[in-house]
Amino acid sequence: MNAPPALTLEHITKSFGPVRALASASLEVRRGTVHAVLGENGAGKSTLMRIAFGLLRPDAGRIRVDGVMRDHASSAAAIRSGLGMVHQHFTLVPTMTVAENVALGGRGRFDMRAARRIVDQLTLDTGLVLDPGALAGALPVGAQQRLEILKALAHRAHTLILDEPTAVLSPVEADELLAWLRRFADNGGAAVLITHKLREASAIADDVTVLRHGRTVLTGAIASLTEPMLVHAMLGAPPESDVPERAASGTRPASGDIVLRADGVTVSDDRGVPRLRDVTLELHRGEIVGIAGVEGAGQRELLRALAGRLVPRSGALRLPSHIGFVPGERQRDALALDMSLSENVALRGAGARRGWMRWRAIDARTRQLMKRFDVRAGSETQSARSLSGGNQQRLVLARELDGDPPPGLLVAENPVRGLDVRAMEDVLQRLLAARDAGMCIVTHASDLDEVLAIADRLFVCFDGRLTETAVDREAAGRAMVGAT
Amino acid sequence: MRGPAGRRSPVHELAATVVPALALLVVLVVAILVITSLAGGYDAVAVMRAFWRGSFGSSDALLSSTLVRATPLILAGLAVAFAFRAGILNIGAEGQILAGAAAATTVALTLADRPAALVITAALVAGAAGGAAWALLPAILLRWFGVLDVISTIMMNFVALHGVGYLVRGPLQEVLGIYPQSSTLPDAVHLPMMVPGTRLHLGFALALVVSIALAVILRSTAAGFRIRVTGENPFAARIAGGIDVQRTGMRVFLMSGAIAGLAGAIEVLGVTFALYENLSPGFGYTAIAVALLGALDPVRVMLSGIFFGALEAGAGAMQRDAGVPSVLVSVIQAMIILGLLATAWWRAKRAAAPPPVPGASEGERLDEATAG
Repeated sequence: MNAPPALTLEHITKSFGPVRALASASLEVRRGTVHAVLGENGAGKSTLMRIAFGLLRPDAGRIRVDGVMRDHASSAAAIRSGLGMVHQHFTLVPTMTVAENVALGGRGRFDMRAARRIVDQLTLDTGLVLDPGALAGALPVGAQQRLEILKALAHRAHTLILDEPTAVLSPVEADELLAWLRRFADNGGAAVLITHKLREASAIADDVTVLRHGRTVLTGAIASLTEPMLVHAMLGAPPESDVPERAASGTRPASGDIVLRADGVTVSDDRGVPRLRDVTLELHRGEIVGIAGVEGAGQRELLRALAGRLVPRSGALRLPSHIGFVPGERQRDALALDMSLSENVALRGAGARRGWMRWRAIDARTRQLMKRFDVRAGSETQSARSLSGGNQQRLVLARELDGDPPPGLLVAENPVRGLDVRAMEDVLQRLLAARDAGMCIVTHASDLDEVLAIADRLFVCFDGRLTETAVDREAAGRAMVGAT
Repeated sequence: MRGPAGRRSPVHELAATVVPALALLVVLVVAILVITSLAGGYDAVAVMRAFWRGSFGSSDALLSSTLVRATPLILAGLAVAFAFRAGILNIGAEGQILAGAAAATTVALTLADRPAALVITAALVAGAAGGAAWALLPAILLRWFGVLDVISTIMMNFVALHGVGYLVRGPLQEVLGIYPQSSTLPDAVHLPMMVPGTRLHLGFALALVVSIALAVILRSTAAGFRIRVTGENPFAARIAGGIDVQRTGMRVFLMSGAIAGLAGAIEVLGVTFALYENLSPGFGYTAIAVALLGALDPVRVMLSGIFFGALEAGAGAMQRDAGVPSVLVSVIQAMIILGLLATAWWRAKRAAAPPPVPGASEGERLDEATAG
């Protein structure tokens, strides 16, 4: 290809205090290609892209866009040079319309009609369908992401950086997005796809770059690389086993005692809209029950009802007295970040506690839990905020699995979201161990594979109903979109 | 920012107290020097000497002036701090003080010929109840109608001020009907003095008791832990802790009002001995600064209340002995508060970049810090 590379990052180095995030990382994205950037959490993927997009200044290194040297002092400068970025956490103004969001960052007078025309034109050009008058905050997640892409394109971006774009999407939406990226690249664009899903990278990317500990350890055309090579590059050592042995997943008979019984239960969301109707199910000791569904299908409300955190609108729900709950947004719903680890452990059951706080006993128990669950921290008195994401999640898990006797039921929303490969594996193993010890676990994850990896039984939410399906990607994927 | 944790190592506790205290001392001295000698042309040494004499310089200044002025500031500061700890922004201590003072005056005058101990106790209880009642409406508005506590409590301050204005010109006006104030309380129902021969009344001891009680509640009881968690993160309190955050907030709101009301009752029974409109020279507003300087920690709020008491006592002496006008005194107070905010900002900035944790995975933490 004769055109200069769409984006070149040469020997980028960046430190945060004593921590070196990037040590001479390089990346070259050819025009007309989709370029996957792979790496464990903390490998420096996000940092590198934030530098490319002018959100961080590198300590050393060069950035070229379309062959021209750039010194991106701000994201505005990066946008002017033709880059667009779709962040993992969207940057929309929820109370503004699609057209207004697209017009943000423009100059001069704001003209509503012109803004709508631009959206309509972009819709026509790109096939990204959006109603210019709709409120951004009311759009489903997939549409919000389309809006993010549209925003970038409205600023004439011809190189897009997407940070884990499929993490929030249903499988169908993810496929649509990837197909769109392919067309975008084929039409002369270029796309950088940050991901930790190998399957995604090999499905659509032309080239791949793997980062590890802030260095580029592997780069090349994806066709020339095998999956074991990529895994080796990401993790640094050949993994002991590809997928750890999972005790006869999917074949365990549901023979344990009944832990939970729901009879004709209907659950509503915060606004009182019924999300799932007439749910009837029986869950047993010693099984992991996966609940799948696209964003907003009602699994969130169902899980909270099963965890005793949401009162069903109608129906009979018999729950065990002792329930552990691992909420999806752990920093918001599970932890008081500025309180100590002991205080966070004491949080469980705080609503019903009477009398004095036995801090000495709580401290001792916290130390014990930290040891058992490998929560790496200096002491139980430091704040939860000072822990890494993986350690925070292990602390929550330790707290919720703990008890004498342990809870009969554990409800876990997205238990491995945001964790790196090792931390994820660790959490899954602990869930499996708890199941083998007789606990009933109900879990949902936005990523279907995370549910399939451990579930003994699988239910799918679709169109207000809950149906049991086989523990199988094909069957679940079809049920989630209502295909028969 | 690391919030005022309930339990920390003594070293932390000491450092957290000493650093802002030193900063304040520096600000205080600089403020007095700059304002009085440069701007006002006063003799700085004389001004400082007057300040010292009026605040801590003698046992009489300390007991009859500083601690007497500190008493309502400590109690109102505790009221504000206690509410803030639960995430309730009670800016209405001023109104709750007045409501408590009015209730205490009414009860004390009505029961005047009963045994003194009974009258005093009843008046103090009435004061607390009056303050709680004054917080009830904002609490209800917040819980069931989502009306911002900041706004409703400020508004209630004006209602209280004019309510007292009405009382002292109508139902509670002194028997002659000349002055806009209540009759003076009979000597028997004045609060007993803690130290004979001074003006330090029993109310100061009461303030210390309340401060220690609140510290113990927050630190060591399940109810206090619920309050702290609710203030730190109401979502986690509700979802992970099963805490009824609304009920917790409501109770704290009323208790906060009761503490402020007690401050008003003590002021009437121990200092003014009558109800009138200017009973509180803004105790309820200064209390916010007192609470913040004390980092919302009951014991430190008590120290901070004494500090502000000394500031007012010393300022009075500066005015009397060195002729510094009272506006300059207010300027000095304002500078103290600015200095305080600057220290808080500095500490928040330092806390925002915590040192690496030994044993924690650096990469993961970094990703959290830089993602999104």
